[in-house]
Amino acid sequence: MSVSGDDSIIRVGRVDFGGVVKEINLAYTPEAQRGDYVLVHVGFALAVIDEVEAQRTLAYLREIAALDVAHADTAP
Amino acid sequence: MKHAEEYRDGRLARALAARIARAAAPAARYHFMEFCGGHTHAIARYGIEDLLPGNVRLIHGPGCPVCVLPVGRIDAAIRLAERAEVTLCSYGDLMRVPGSRGTSLLRAKAAGADIRMVYSTLDALRIAEAEPKREVVFFAIGFETTTPPTALAIRLAADKKLKNFTVFCNHVLTPSAIQNILESPDLRELGCVRIDGFIGPAHVSTVIGAEPYAFFAKEFEKAVVIAGFEPLDVMQSILMLINQVNEGRHEVENQYGRAVRRQGNERAKADVAEIFELRKSFEWRGLGVVPYSGLRLKSSYAAFDTERRFGIESVSTSDNVACECGAILRGAKRPTDCKLFGTVCTPETPMGSCMVSAEGACAAHWAYGRFRDRAREVS
Repeated sequence: MSVSGDDSIIRVGRVDFGGVVKEINLAYTPEAQRGDYVLVHVGFALAVIDEVEAQRTLAYLREIAALDVAHADTAP
Repeated sequence: MKHAEEYRDGRLARALAARIARAAAPAARYHFMEFCGGHTHAIARYGIEDLLPGNVRLIHGPGCPVCVLPVGRIDAAIRLAERAEVTLCSYGDLMRVPGSRGTSLLRAKAAGADIRMVYSTLDALRIAEAEPKREVVFFAIGFETTTPPTALAIRLAADKKLKNFTVFCNHVLTPSAIQNILESPDLRELGCVRIDGFIGPAHVSTVIGAEPYAFFAKEFEKAVVIAGFEPLDVMQSILMLINQVNEGRHEVENQYGRAVRRQGNERAKADVAEIFELRKSFEWRGLGVVPYSGLRLKSSYAAFDTERRFGIESVSTSDNVACECGAILRGAKRPTDCKLFGTVCTPETPMGSCMVSAEGACAAHWAYGRFRDRAREVS
């Protein structure tokens, strides 16, 4: 995402949706910076994706998968 | 897309499914309602129900904004659009929703009404600026996710002193609907719906946060897990819900930490509070009249209120008598319980709202679920 506009209400980001680029209003995500991932609803960014939390969730999911493999290995 | 595809990994899904199967006690039953249409769609699309043990059942809730809008409000919007001076701007998914007597916004447009599909409230605002002689009405619908964008458009219209922009407000509130379901006769007296917990809204929760659900955990003793919209998000949340039930807990947990903060989005909430106030009651398709469940513009923004400008009266109109959307939206019936499903009612010719939106339980079942039914019949 790249950002233009100074006014907090009409601050706009160019957001890349897997190849399609759209201008998205950033009034509700003043913290959004170039390169961030944002959650977009009807043309407005409602949240900036928290990279640390995302990694935490993925790590948990992978841990479950690993445990499951271990479980399958030890099952009679 | 990053932050989406990682949560669609089939290998991880199978591992989660195995974990869920071990966690679910064979003698117990687990009934969870996914409130949001986004979850309903993901569950159908990725076949999540097939990955769950038989005693874990998902019940579709009323969180599809198009589905819960009553026919009377569609009729009112069509009547508005038929006025020569009015340009009605609407989100695309409302266009095909049936009004009464076979009407819809799309048909009214074909008959000559000036109805335009917009992607964002700001598109409607731009039309009002570009065409000052038109009375531009934005047909505002949706839950807490679409309300802040409407609020922002009204703020901007006020700043720009626009005289030809109003909002036909139909915004509704998620917590009021959840409370209505928990207090409904279906649940309390008839016993035909049982809910042990909720898969909590994803995008709605980015705005309102986790706090509003605490009441349901505490007062109604229901487990709540706020969940992302990807299949692994939903499955992890189901596991978390099962663990809560097994341990006798009823708390609000947040699986969707990458997007949902406990306090929600303060700016968005402040904008909504500045512009809107609670209606005493609002009619929902399926749930009927629900107290304090809808928003209207505050009198300080009356100049931007379509209902005040055009004196719109809400007329309650009944649905097609054979349509089971109402019971489906309350979780009391499934799409296949409806006589119209897949016969006269398909996404091409929807009879009820649940078949219109991709988030509707009937549309989701038509697009994906019916093939599961067929596979089951064959086997």
